[in-house]
Amino acid sequence: MQLERLLIKSAIRAKLSLETREEIIQKAGDMLVEAGAIKPEYIQAMKKGIDELGPYCVIAPGITLLHARPEDGVERACLSLLTLRNPVKFGHSTNDPVDVVFALGAKDKNDHIEALAELAGFLAKEDFLQVLRNSEDSHTLQEKIFEYIKTRK
Amino acid sequence: MVIATLCGMGFGTSMMLKLFIDEILKAEGIKAETSPWDLGTFKGNKADIVVAPVDMEPHLRDYPAKIVLIKNLVDKAELKEKILTAIRELS
Repeated sequence: MQLERLLIKSAIRAKLSLETREEIIQKAGDMLVEAGAIKPEYIQAMKKGIDELGPYCVIAPGITLLHARPEDGVERACLSLLTLRNPVKFGHSTNDPVDVVFALGAKDKNDHIEALAELAGFLAKEDFLQVLRNSEDSHTLQEKIFEYIKTRK
Repeated sequence: MVIATLCGMGFGTSMMLKLFIDEILKAEGIKAETSPWDLGTFKGNKADIVVAPVDMEPHLRDYPAKIVLIKNLVDKAELKEKILTAIRELS
């Protein structure tokens, strides 16, 4: 599956004012629940994962990739994205504070790999990070991110 | 050589690390078997090198493998330098 399909357009929001890690995980998950892609219990599993194993999911400076396991309630492979008005500390040793949040739902070990590889490649690119961080409203972010994905293939 | 990439679940972070490492090893012409694991399932398995996000370090103390800790998982330069150093030290 390609990133263009994994990323759910209605589950993209820009410059939200959220204050805690808990609120952020809840919102990133709620958007996937509303899209019918995960069950609400998947959100609890994402919270539990970070509580138990630490904030290792902050994969790069300011960027976190949240996820739990397929059996925790994934209906279909999915990815949501939100950016924050004000960065929030997740407790990571080097990559705090966070202002870009992805939440991933995988159905198995394979179907999201292609999309994940695309995303990882984009996250290393400064112009992609600018799209994420400089889009001031959700509509702009939704349009710009899909435009980026389409033109960089 | 067996390289294990680790995260809490075995689907996101560890998969991303595996993809990048495979790319680096291919470019360098190094043969290794790379696989993503979740921490719970991995314990007890053998690997020559374990690659994990830096904040998993407390879970990997005393683990019998060369441990490579990565700060920025999308920074291929950091990953390349650390993984190639680890491979060199083992061979």
